[in-house]
Amino acid sequence: MAMRITCPNCGPRSVEEWVYAEIPIVPASITDPDDRDVDRAFFHDNTAGEVTESWFHLYGCRRWVTLTRHTL
Amino acid sequence: MNEFWEAKVKLQWAEPARSYDVVIIGGGGHGLATAYYLATRHGITNVAVLERDYIGGGNSGRNTTVIRSNYGIPEAVRFYERSVELYQGLEDETDRWIMHAAKGLFWLSHTEANRRAELARAAVNQAFGVKTEFVEPEEIARRVPGINMNPGGQFPITGATYHHGGATARHDRVNWALAEGAMRLGVDVIPGTEVIGMIFDRDRAVGVRTSRGDIAAGTVVSNAGGNVTQIADMAKVRLPIRTHPLQAFVTNHYENTFDPIVFSADLGFYISQTTRGEMLAGAHIDPQPSFSRRSQQIFMNEIAGRIVALFPFMSKLRVLRQWAGICDMSPDYSPIMGFTPTDGFLVNTGWGTWGFKAIPASGEGMAELIATGTAPPLIAPFTLERFAGDRALADRGSAGTH
Repeated sequence: MAMRITCPNCGPRSVEEWVYAEIPIVPASITDPDDRDVDRAFFHDNTAGEVTESWFHLYGCRRWVTLTRHTL
Repeated sequence: MNEFWEAKVKLQWAEPARSYDVVIIGGGGHGLATAYYLATRHGITNVAVLERDYIGGGNSGRNTTVIRSNYGIPEAVRFYERSVELYQGLEDETDRWIMHAAKGLFWLSHTEANRRAELARAAVNQAFGVKTEFVEPEEIARRVPGINMNPGGQFPITGATYHHGGATARHDRVNWALAEGAMRLGVDVIPGTEVIGMIFDRDRAVGVRTSRGDIAAGTVVSNAGGNVTQIADMAKVRLPIRTHPLQAFVTNHYENTFDPIVFSADLGFYISQTTRGEMLAGAHIDPQPSFSRRSQQIFMNEIAGRIVALFPFMSKLRVLRQWAGICDMSPDYSPIMGFTPTDGFLVNTGWGTWGFKAIPASGEGMAELIATGTAPPLIAPFTLERFAGDRALADRGSAGTH
């Protein structure tokens, strides 16, 4: 069973219609600009659990949605 | 007696002791190779390899068994060529049959731009003594069985590099050969033991908490695949890793011989024939990070269409098994080996979709690093600090399909 994503316009649609987008990363606090930039460029939480992310309904109505997904 | 029992009955798993010089987290190929080379090259045998599941049950048992060194940057060509050499000698060295098969590998280009990229790959490989040569479409048509030179009208084959060192080996047997070789010299290989925390003395990692009690360690090394971020979190180390699934399948027996390994990065798959005659195909990683090893029908639909376009004979075969492994993807598509900001905790990770071929060379390099405290030149460029130091080793075009 393939993963489905519910589009507010189109209803539940198969994952192949969607394009995965970056996980929004918002630093909780900024103490050192250089470390922060390295971290934003390369490092990831790589959460095993619920993540908040954006998907684009490219092969559908071309709408962006923000959703939470469980990665396990 | 099947091959599993033939190799396995000789192995007696150990019970965990309370303390070791080196504790290796992850009983896959990389962890076992690190233990094997610590024992055979450096005489360090007070070593435990901890595996939460069964030995070789992660990516070491889920990969597509390709061995090659046709990389695109000098650091990687040198490193993987060492691994190709070590694999060639592994049967003699361990006295175990790993079913190593020299095959040769075609890496196809389907566009003019990729034709130029393959010409460059051949040049870089040859500069470091690796036998990779550019071949024209006419030669590909003659040497690759059953290939459709203009698949779908959309991906004409514009050339390829032929990599002489391309080979395969039976992945499970590699794990068992290394495990057995290490255990014979006194290493404890301990399956069914999950690491659930790290023990610190001030800021130094001095042991691990496991599902079967605490174990003290002079050095802790993570060789975990996929779940390495969770291990690094315990050691208070942040990694540039994202975990993505990669799916693969084998078909039933194909009655003809299919000699080479064939990669098509543009079509996003690669195939080879196993010693049992099955056609083995791997694909690109799923675009979204996930720790799920579930296979998906949608993947099969998509990849089967592309494979049949390039190899029409594949349409007559049936899919026998389908599976997924979870890959620790690094930002520059190169591995990460060495020290971390936490004293006493080392990582061997970022093996993404290219880990099996590197098992002996990473084990050899990590063992020397642990034994001497200095990274040997072959693994020295692949440090975790390279990202902060702006020395990333970008080689996405050589990672295969991803």
